[in-house]
Amino acid sequence: MAAVIPDPLDHHHHHTPSGLMRWLTTTNHKDIGTMYLIFSFVMFLSGGVMALTIRAELFQPGLQVVQPEFFNQLTTMHGLVMVFGAIMPAFVGFANWQIPLMIGASDMAFARMNNWSFWLLPPAAILLLGSFFVPGGATAAGWTLYAPLSVQMGMGMDFAIFAIHIMGLSSIMGAINIVVTILNMRAPGMTMMKMPLFCWTWLITAYLLIAVMPVLAGAVTMILTDRHFGTSFFNAAGGGDPVMYQHIFWFFGHPEVYIMILPAFGIVSQIIPAFARKPLFGYASMVYATASIAILSFVVWAHHMFTTGMPATGQLFFMYATMLIAVPTGVKVFNWVATMWRGSLSFEPPMLWATGFIFVFTMGGFTGLICAIAPIDIQVQDTYYVVAHFHYVLVAGSLFALFAGAYYWLPKWTGHMPSERLGKLHFWCSLVFFNVTFFPMHFLGLAGMPRRIPDYALQFADFNALASVGAFGFGLSQLIFLAAVVKCVRGGKPAPAKPWDGAEGLEWTVPSPAPYHTFEDAPLVK
Amino acid sequence: MHTLMLVICLVIFVGVFGVMFWAVIHHRRSRGAVAANFHENTTVEIAWTVIPVLILLGMAWPATKTVIAMKDTSEADITIKATGYQWKWGYDYLQGEGEGIRLLSSLSTPRNQIEGAAAKGDNYLLEVDNPVVVPVGKKVRVLLTANDVIHSWWVPAFGVKQDAIPGFIRDSWFKADKEGVYRGNCAELCGRDHGFMPIEVHVVSAEKYAAWVAEHKEKAAGAAADEAREWSMAELMTRGEQVFGTICAACHQANGKGLPPTFPPLDGSQVVLGDKAGQIDIVLHGRPNTAMAPFGGALSDADVAAVITYTRNSWGNHTGEAVQPAEVKAGRNKS
Amino acid sequence: MSETLERYFVPEPSRFPIFGSIALLLFGAGAALWVNQVKAGPWIFFLGIAILIYMLFGWFGQVVRESQGGKYGTRVDASFRWSMGWFIFSEVMFFAAFFGALFYVRALAVPALSSGENEALLWQGYNGAWPNAGPRALDTAAVEPFTPMGAWGIPAINTLILLTSGATLTWAHYGLLKDKRGQLKLGLLLTILLGAIFLGFQAYEYVHAYGELNLRLDTGIYGSTFFMLTGFHGLHVTVGAIMLTVMLCRAVAGHFNAQHHFGFEAAAWYWHFVDVVWLILFVVVYWL
Ligand code: HEA
Ligand code: HEA
Ligand code: HEC
Ligand code: CUA
Ligand SMILES: [Cu+2]
Repeated sequence: MAAVIPDPLDHHHHHTPSGLMRWLTTTNHKDIGTMYLIFSFVMFLSGGVMALTIRAELFQPGLQVVQPEFFNQLTTMHGLVMVFGAIMPAFVGFANWQIPLMIGASDMAFARMNNWSFWLLPPAAILLLGSFFVPGGATAAGWTLYAPLSVQMGMGMDFAIFAIHIMGLSSIMGAINIVVTILNMRAPGMTMMKMPLFCWTWLITAYLLIAVMPVLAGAVTMILTDRHFGTSFFNAAGGGDPVMYQHIFWFFGHPEVYIMILPAFGIVSQIIPAFARKPLFGYASMVYATASIAILSFVVWAHHMFTTGMPATGQLFFMYATMLIAVPTGVKVFNWVATMWRGSLSFEPPMLWATGFIFVFTMGGFTGLICAIAPIDIQVQDTYYVVAHFHYVLVAGSLFALFAGAYYWLPKWTGHMPSERLGKLHFWCSLVFFNVTFFPMHFLGLAGMPRRIPDYALQFADFNALASVGAFGFGLSQLIFLAAVVKCVRGGKPAPAKPWDGAEGLEWTVPSPAPYHTFEDAPLVK
Repeated sequence: MHTLMLVICLVIFVGVFGVMFWAVIHHRRSRGAVAANFHENTTVEIAWTVIPVLILLGMAWPATKTVIAMKDTSEADITIKATGYQWKWGYDYLQGEGEGIRLLSSLSTPRNQIEGAAAKGDNYLLEVDNPVVVPVGKKVRVLLTANDVIHSWWVPAFGVKQDAIPGFIRDSWFKADKEGVYRGNCAELCGRDHGFMPIEVHVVSAEKYAAWVAEHKEKAAGAAADEAREWSMAELMTRGEQVFGTICAACHQANGKGLPPTFPPLDGSQVVLGDKAGQIDIVLHGRPNTAMAPFGGALSDADVAAVITYTRNSWGNHTGEAVQPAEVKAGRNKS
Repeated sequence: MSETLERYFVPEPSRFPIFGSIALLLFGAGAALWVNQVKAGPWIFFLGIAILIYMLFGWFGQVVRESQGGKYGTRVDASFRWSMGWFIFSEVMFFAAFFGALFYVRALAVPALSSGENEALLWQGYNGAWPNAGPRALDTAAVEPFTPMGAWGIPAINTLILLTSGATLTWAHYGLLKDKRGQLKLGLLLTILLGAIFLGFQAYEYVHAYGELNLRLDTGIYGSTFFMLTGFHGLHVTVGAIMLTVMLCRAVAGHFNAQHHFGFEAAAWYWHFVDVVWLILFVVVYWL
């Protein structure tokens, strides 16, 4: 691959403001990417503190730390903050940094709008977190905001609704930006089927975002009008149906969970070949698998609703469709394993995290499959089994992949090698404590502990105590990551342009740290 | 049916961990090796698309049979309608032996156990004041609905979990083959005390069941006579205090101060101090789109009369007015 | 793709986005307070709107200047096309949520409520013939009966108006392509006028619904879906008309030429999208 390394003096046409104004007004994809990443980490910590409060309350039976209504607020906000504040923006941050570098574009297609997409998030976060302080507190209807409970809530619910609107706007603009960048700004010679897999997964994710975020906006708008303007969308007395909310929500919600995992697949698909020193096995089938997952994700939503009492044919349809998703996901897992097979593997932190990802995510996928079997799901739905399932795919899936990606690209971002020791320590602590926290939840769920409860019957005490201990351990382990990043930004071993010898891609043709402007003249990809 | 599920679970788990360890060994073995260069193999790729499909088909088959069996609610011996309220369950025996029985069943674990002031009992949070009683070996069909928000009626040992949707009826069934006490929880987030609305089902022999039904019928007959007559203020106040404690205090609090802003105080409320008909209307029909649900279905005329009298003459409210069951009856008919 | 690529235009740092963010923060907070009857609510809300309008003017003004300044090459133009297409797709999905709600209640919820045990145990006597205001309207003392909106009066005329406006807009586009500036301006003006007439009729229809038909937003599910669908559509007509007005002003100012007029096309796409939504709406909301 040939690349034009930009002339570092080539800054004449931009008079970049300095200080705070630089960050407020920037149109640079790297600045914006950095802000996304920092924002999402801050949100991860705040969501994490909520999680720890939940775990502290659940350490023992009885009410000790918080009152039930506040507990429900914490659960709800933990879910919303983690999903919309931490995981999604983190992936957008990666997209901002990496996509232009990977496809040889000078920036995102709409650099100014890109800035707005980011700067909409802090206001949304202010509305969301600020709702804790309005009379009545934050919404406590669960992150799924099921009507009619959400119709009952106090003022905090309205803040959450508008926060979701704003975040939705941000996501849609961000997604359009990514789609257009990928479709229109590839360097000459960079055909679609040569594109790094991360770009592919993001392209498909962006389609999903554009398709489903407006649906969520519609759903919460209906809640808003049901709350304040007398409509009866979710009120049977007026001819509506509470279950209709769930249909609309999960039409958004299920694609949403793939929005949170597909870019993770992309990151892992970059890292595994780099450390196996061997090209990715089955590139084309990876692309097709990603697309099939995305398409299937639109026809499985009601697997979250097996207990609402739908007809048997409905249950069967959604059960079969959901089970089908295991096939393309399996193709991915097998491809990764095949890439490692007879490779020359080395386990630096990025690879450790990626391998850990495959292992633990697959467990989460299997529990997902078990949830998909309607008769079993009727037993486990709304129990800690489901909580275990989705933390296995979200924490061990999305979050682990994010860490993998961070260690992988930090040299490119900061110009320094992240500390290998801290990275490995972070990984092993996280892996162990993660399982200590969430593995027992499977047993809790099977034994019959419902989710979203602040207090529980005595037979659940032991596993809950264990999970709580694990949660605090896992939380503390994340401070190692903070330390590793701070250390890496401050200094450390200077990173060469291509710090990982097996890595492929345009991003490794520019110096580390990547200069402020890259590929102003498009590189030629052969 | 439940065992069947567990078996499926186990089979899958064994399969799952087989695949997983297989993969792990692969990673390890290749450590340190020189990279081979292959990245495409259509046969393998097709194989690992097709084999999972077959495994999935194998899983889908028994699951399908179970789904169909679970949906078959025909030919029930007894039909019970369960209604979810924030935060308790109401039961109406609609059909079969015991027809006509109604009861309200709420958490009976004392507050001090929850707050840690007393040692927790064995059935902590899983015990109720009025359990549902059913005969052993009979197919019981449960109709579910809710009064305010969605709840979910779940007794793990019966393998039954069915959401109770306000304004709609859903159904499910179970048949208990062994006598005993079966416990469960509300499984759908329904607000503050979602964690505190358990379900307790007593499965008893046919004779015991008949005795229980007879006892209940007697009580109900007494209550019906009560409805008609004129009540004294003192009677209304005692009955009212009791109803308020079990039902209204969950939101409006025993001291009548509520939990503003969500739950308004009744102490000093304009509605409570105002026109009687207005309050009767609110309590019977609720306020749409708020937690204040209609209680006309759950409470008898006498209960409503008593609780209204109680709220009008407690705390700082001194209207001195008593509300009679007859007035409530009129309120029901009016709209 | 040619080997000698033009450089892609990357705008300079801009302060408009942050204004937009502050605007939406105030907008959201103000609206949330307003619906809860907090006095400051509307003030904050309108302050947000004002900043938003300032931001939109500034931002789009700059885009127009950049465009006229010839900074946008063919690739930027292609970007705009893609993005407008996807933006309209996202709008389609937003409407899909509401249309979906309408189909759901008509095909599933209302029939379910009016039959079987739902009817027998909870809503006795509810027959569910569409349109209706839900089972609670059985109680005619509490909920006054309403008359549904007919299809063949104003709505049919409005359909014609919108269809005509689509034609006049295309006529204007031909004018632009053939460099007939007069035809362009006249076509745009006509389209905008038709849009305004449409909105006028719509407003009249709402007044009529509230005043004479007793059909309101809270008239059960029929009122909910009717007003939310037509209301959001009306909002989109308004936005589309504003876009076209801007284009008219630009046309008058001499902008656009036969090759380079994406702004105009974007507004036109949007207008046609709004048209199509109306057609579906006319069929499923008014007619069937
Ligand atoms: C990143 C997010 C993510 C991902 C990727 C998934 C992936 C999957 N999920 Fe999960 N899910 C959630 C996030 C996610 N989920 C969340 C947040 C909830 C709860 C929401 C709430 O209620 O709050 C939830 C809930 C949830 C439910 C509802 C449970 C309930 O409430 O009762 C169900 C039921 O079907 C389900 C199923 C699945 C399935 C089948 C997959 C599949 O995609 C998994 C596929 C993967 C594999 C199967 C493993 C790899 C495959 C192989 C190695 C091939 C060979 C395997 C076989 C042939 C078996 N999920
Ligand atoms: C999207 C991702 C995501 C992530 C990353 C997490 C992360 C965690 N979650 Fe999750 N969770 C959800 C998404 C997520 N969650 C969702 C969607 C729900 C459903 C909500 C609902 O029901 O509506 C949920 C619900 C949920 C529940 C169930 C609550 C209930 O049903 O009542 C629990 C309970 O244990 C829990 C725990 C945790 C823990 C311990 C972590 C940990 O991984 C968090 C670790 C992070 C930190 C701890 C912060 C970092 C450290 C510091 C700030 C330093 C200070 C630390 C110490 C002093 C120790 N979560
Ligand atoms: C699930 C919670 C809940 C329960 C149980 C409950 N209420 Fe309420 N109640 C509310 C809420 C919320 C409101 C406020 C409705 C509103 O915003 O208009 C309310 C309002 C009222 C009002 C009107 C007060 C005013 O000033 O507007 C009266 C009277 C009342 N309730 C009486 C009762 C009685 C009597 C009972 C018991 C039979 C009861 N409530 C049970 C939640 C509840
Ligand atoms: Cu009732 Cu949860
Ligand atoms: Cu799902």
